[in-house]
Amino acid sequence: MIQEDVICSFCGCLCDDITAEVEAGAVSRVRHACRLGASKMMGHDRIKGPMIREDGTLVEASYQEAYDRAAQILLAARRPLLYGWASTVCEAQEKGVLLAEEVGGVMDSTATVCHGPSVIGIEEKGLASSTLGQVKNRADTIVFWGCNPAEAHPRHSLRYSSNVVGRFTPLGRAGRKIVVVDIRETRTSKNADKLVLIEPGSDYEVISALRMLVSGKAVIPERVGGVDKADLVALAEILKRAKFGAFFFGLGITHSRGRYKNVDNALSLVAELNSYTKFVVMPMRGHYNVAGIGQVLAWSSGFPMSVDFARGMPYFNPGETAACDLLARQDADAALIIAADPASNFPRSTVQALARIPVIQIDPYENPTTLLSKVVIPSAIAGIEAAGTAYRMDGLALRMKKLIDSPYPSDEEIIGQILESVKRQREMSAGGAAR
Amino acid sequence: MKAIMISGRTLAQGVACENKMSADFLAATSVCSLSQGDYQQLGLLEGKNVLLKNGFGQAVLSARSDPGLPAGVVFIPMGPWANALVGSDTGGCGTPQFKGVEVEVEATEAPVLGVRDLFRDITKGVEA
Repeated sequence: MIQEDVICSFCGCLCDDITAEVEAGAVSRVRHACRLGASKMMGHDRIKGPMIREDGTLVEASYQEAYDRAAQILLAARRPLLYGWASTVCEAQEKGVLLAEEVGGVMDSTATVCHGPSVIGIEEKGLASSTLGQVKNRADTIVFWGCNPAEAHPRHSLRYSSNVVGRFTPLGRAGRKIVVVDIRETRTSKNADKLVLIEPGSDYEVISALRMLVSGKAVIPERVGGVDKADLVALAEILKRAKFGAFFFGLGITHSRGRYKNVDNALSLVAELNSYTKFVVMPMRGHYNVAGIGQVLAWSSGFPMSVDFARGMPYFNPGETAACDLLARQDADAALIIAADPASNFPRSTVQALARIPVIQIDPYENPTTLLSKVVIPSAIAGIEAAGTAYRMDGLALRMKKLIDSPYPSDEEIIGQILESVKRQREMSAGGAAR
Repeated sequence: MKAIMISGRTLAQGVACENKMSADFLAATSVCSLSQGDYQQLGLLEGKNVLLKNGFGQAVLSARSDPGLPAGVVFIPMGPWANALVGSDTGGCGTPQFKGVEVEVEATEAPVLGVRDLFRDITKGVEA
């Protein structure tokens, strides 16, 4: 059977034009997807079944046993961390908020090791936003700053930005000015009209210099962040001459010295460019629904990430309540990890702290976090084996189809079952105490 | 040689990132790219490894020359090998500094550790 208009559940582009061929209950061929999306949709070896660690070794268990053991761990913890959530659908994330409230935990997403500084920067400054459709149809000048979509979002340029033909951009790539700002040459910079190479960690200074030039104040040093003044003057002119400019930024800004202040400065530059022309700005979100967990947490708690429910009301203070901080300070005494792999993606000393506490893992695949886990619960792959809602990097909500049946429960079902087990065990112990 | 390490996404890392126990993920992420000049200065050849270390940790990676990198900057695809060199401090914003990390780089005869071996000292306690 051929399924058209399938949404890819890899990156924040959420490409919605994928064709998937399904044979004998499995995806047999994928068309139109990039290499990243195709590799995910075609799948590979899965975790066979639930496991609980006994005497240091993971042994097979039933799903109910795994749910109950997970619930026991969360109930016994004083400060459980519920982390991940970016590679699953909003329906599972909503259940996660209920579970975090029930156990008084901290709910944090992979944004905090990715675009978390962007979220903070946006809170500080605001975001001159647009949809990707507006960029496709109108943008004549596009800046990629500290991002490399040719490798991280391979179809971004073809569907939404530099190379796509839109309603008011009939010439596609030929009608656009593409600028890349980075510390190195990349596959993305090979497609640029202008590459500005800056020194590592100098984003804040270079953006500040551009803000000066855009506002007509040419009193900047002869070189800023390794870039000649003349080059920056030329770049400022390109930005001001745009009829519709789009500024995409990536982890080059959020992971470098300055972090959220870099983002704040970039958003300020774009806000000021709107005194001269139309300019929009967007973070290049990585996981396909990392924007969704921000939305779900924001509408349910008022905060977009790192939300602490321990006080009986939501509390947010990244630096204190973010996953890496909780672990590094050894505050968290249990962790539920869903649709993420912190063992690979956190600093090593933070991983060492994670290994010292009981970890519950919910994931379709074995990864280094499995090696640290006390309970492992394999799940259906959202967007392929389970339907649900995801938010594209521009904030557009899209409905993901279920393509094939799966013997595995969905993330939503697993979280729901753990929540039920938590409530049941709490009632039982309360009943026991009353007797 | 002193250098600035940045970690980031690559196509090969992305293709293998949902299959982290695989040889493909190991090959995609246990690689250190150096500028051509730095590569030559360290006397590296195809198949040679480099040892990167700093106050946070160390990692042995296979070396590769990248003409797009400036001198003094090394690139490692995001993953557990790069993160062996990243500190836990988040500067109060929740996010560690994964890019712009000072490292010492030298050629080495030591082998690149596989993913299970890389985590061996951490998982010892869990498996005890």
